[in-house]
Amino acid sequence: MFGISFGRIAAVFVKELIQMRRDRLTFAMIIAIPIVQLVLFGYAINSDPKHLPTALNVQDNSVFARSLTAAMQNTGYFTITHIVKGEREGQDLLASGTVAFLLTVPPDFSRRLARGERPSLLMEADATDPAATANAMAAVSQLPATVFNNDLKGALTSLQATPPPFNVVVHRLYNPEGITSYNVVPGLIGVILTMTMVLITALAVTREVERGTMENLLAMPLQPFEVMVGKIAPYIVMGYIQVTVVLIAALLLFGVPMLGSWFDLSIALAIFIAANLSIGFTISTVAQNQLQAMQMTFFFFLPSILLSGFMFPFRGMPVWAQAIGEALPNTHFMRIVRGIMLKGAGLGELFGDIWPLLLFMLVVMGIALVRYRRTLD
Amino acid sequence: MNGELAIDVAGLTKKFGSRTVVKDFNIQVPKGQVWGFLGPNGSGKTTTIRMLCGLLLPDGGQGKCLGYDIRTQAAQIKRNVGYMTQRFSFYEDLSIRENLDFVARVYDMKGRKQAVDEAIAQLGLTKRQDQLAGELSGGWKQRLALAACILHRPQLLLLDEPTAGVDPQARRDFWEEIHTLAGQGLTVLVSTHYMDEAERCDRIVYLAYGTVLARGTVDEVIDNSDLFTWIVTGEEVRGLAQELHGKPGIDQVSVFGVTLHISGTDQAALERAIAPYRNRPGLTWTKSKPSLEDVFIHLMGPFREQVTG
Ligand SMILES: Nc1ncnc2c1ncn2[C@@H]1O[C@H](COP(=O)(O)OP(=O)(O)O)[C@@H](O)[C@H]1O
Ligand SMILES: [Mg+2]
Repeated sequence: MFGISFGRIAAVFVKELIQMRRDRLTFAMIIAIPIVQLVLFGYAINSDPKHLPTALNVQDNSVFARSLTAAMQNTGYFTITHIVKGEREGQDLLASGTVAFLLTVPPDFSRRLARGERPSLLMEADATDPAATANAMAAVSQLPATVFNNDLKGALTSLQATPPPFNVVVHRLYNPEGITSYNVVPGLIGVILTMTMVLITALAVTREVERGTMENLLAMPLQPFEVMVGKIAPYIVMGYIQVTVVLIAALLLFGVPMLGSWFDLSIALAIFIAANLSIGFTISTVAQNQLQAMQMTFFFFLPSILLSGFMFPFRGMPVWAQAIGEALPNTHFMRIVRGIMLKGAGLGELFGDIWPLLLFMLVVMGIALVRYRRTLD
Repeated sequence: MNGELAIDVAGLTKKFGSRTVVKDFNIQVPKGQVWGFLGPNGSGKTTTIRMLCGLLLPDGGQGKCLGYDIRTQAAQIKRNVGYMTQRFSFYEDLSIRENLDFVARVYDMKGRKQAVDEAIAQLGLTKRQDQLAGELSGGWKQRLALAACILHRPQLLLLDEPTAGVDPQARRDFWEEIHTLAGQGLTVLVSTHYMDEAERCDRIVYLAYGTVLARGTVDEVIDNSDLFTWIVTGEEVRGLAQELHGKPGIDQVSVFGVTLHISGTDQAALERAIAPYRNRPGLTWTKSKPSLEDVFIHLMGPFREQVTG
């Protein structure tokens, strides 16, 4: 056998770069995917949705209750969509997701308010999507301090002073803890890279088979390692371009902090991108055509998005799902990026997640090299 | 003696699943010769060529190409062989120059730019060098492919139907080029369906359904066939062809404009069959050697029945 030749790697590298530049559709996809995903997920990161449907269960039809509902609507977060008669009906609306909130004004509210007993209102919230309801909850808790100032006149003026004349008791239903939303940006980098990098290399090699250029490639004195490196390298550059797009948006639009070092981040990125590219290369050694390559990519992509901790909190998953998650590069990459960006951790502290990435990359590259065909058999 | 053989293989066999596509294939091609490889579609020409350059692993047999073992030294063979695939397999989304440049890099050529410049100039494509290969016509694609195959100065050229779908002038230029290269010591094995191209080869090998049915110079192949042929010339040969079809003693009747080729393996039976027509006015009868095409079609006969029957 001959040694590895830099010239032959360069041959594949240059060819691939030219093809990448000419393939406008793929190029556009590579830039468009991060932007589209950012817009989609970015909405979730910056979630401050307004006009959430709210049901009222008013058992005390007084001037106070009317002021209260007006004030709630004025916060912009609530739109009263239902006036219910009875607790049961309200609960059903919440359970079905028709409304996000159910506000109950108890029967003796105004009487107890007037007596200065500081009565309570019950605010029940559908907290399955805590990010969506958090700001509305904050707004409602501001209400008691000011809402009745116009109504409390004459003998009741004394009640205007602090402490507020009544309480709002908030019940978060279904998902009491909630998830932190900073998870999303590191996760998004991982998800975007997983999807595009795996797909693009898988397609880049399968395309050679489909177009019949593979026969020529195999008839030339190119070694599998040279083809692999030459084909992967241009896409590492591409991966960095994507990450730059996502990071700029994350920092500018969503104010995600960057506490760690850019250098550490770029090292972690290089390993992660190479790991994904070698997955793509491996897929291309199995797939017969581009459609199959696409299907296999999604087969890999789904667990990467579902079991990596991007969609659901990792610690909340069953043990078997965590085990699968630990085997996926995206899981470790998300922890690394979160560590670097949000906690300011260095590569040394994150080594526990670096080595699985490295190991993954090496093993998959090995599989790809063994599987890469040397003949047309 | 062995040192002078560019290709020396014996017993090559290739199966796809349970189907044997090439059976017990032997050839010894001396250096500097041009050999033609003929046979109907699906007879195993491409498969054989692929085994010779290490693209397919034979299921049986062994041999050497340029002195390298086809089983174990594929890497060395690939460096010294130029293989032109049946289907255009350079990059249609790369320009002419970029394709040649890619090849030059892959073969680690010194003086890459100069070699590519020369190849482009020789092709006469200096003005169109930045055109995408995919935009070239069939004939130009073939010429580009040939230029790319000989760029690294191989010692052996394996050309798989290089002139399929190419116009006569381009075919002639192509063969001129091949003979020039052979004159410089290059060995060429070229598969083709064209009889006139077969006649330009030093030797021909005729393959049908994986088996070599004939080999040698064109004259040897014709002489070794047990075929007897009469050629009839005249305005009315078309009608005569209809009448002769299927007569005992006549194996083939084919019309070439105003001439008719009538062939059979049993000379006496053939003469008997044509006797009643010999005196028709307006027809000239000549006893002749069969053409190469007559021989090939005759050779395929039993297989054709096998396939259809
Ligand atoms: N990769 C393959 N898998 C299965 N059958 C094949 C393959 N390649 C060729 N064949 C079959 O082998 C036979 C010989 O093909 P080929 O060598 O291409 O013939 P030729 O080049 O003479 O037309 C054909 O019947 C073809 O269908
Ligand atoms: Mg063929």
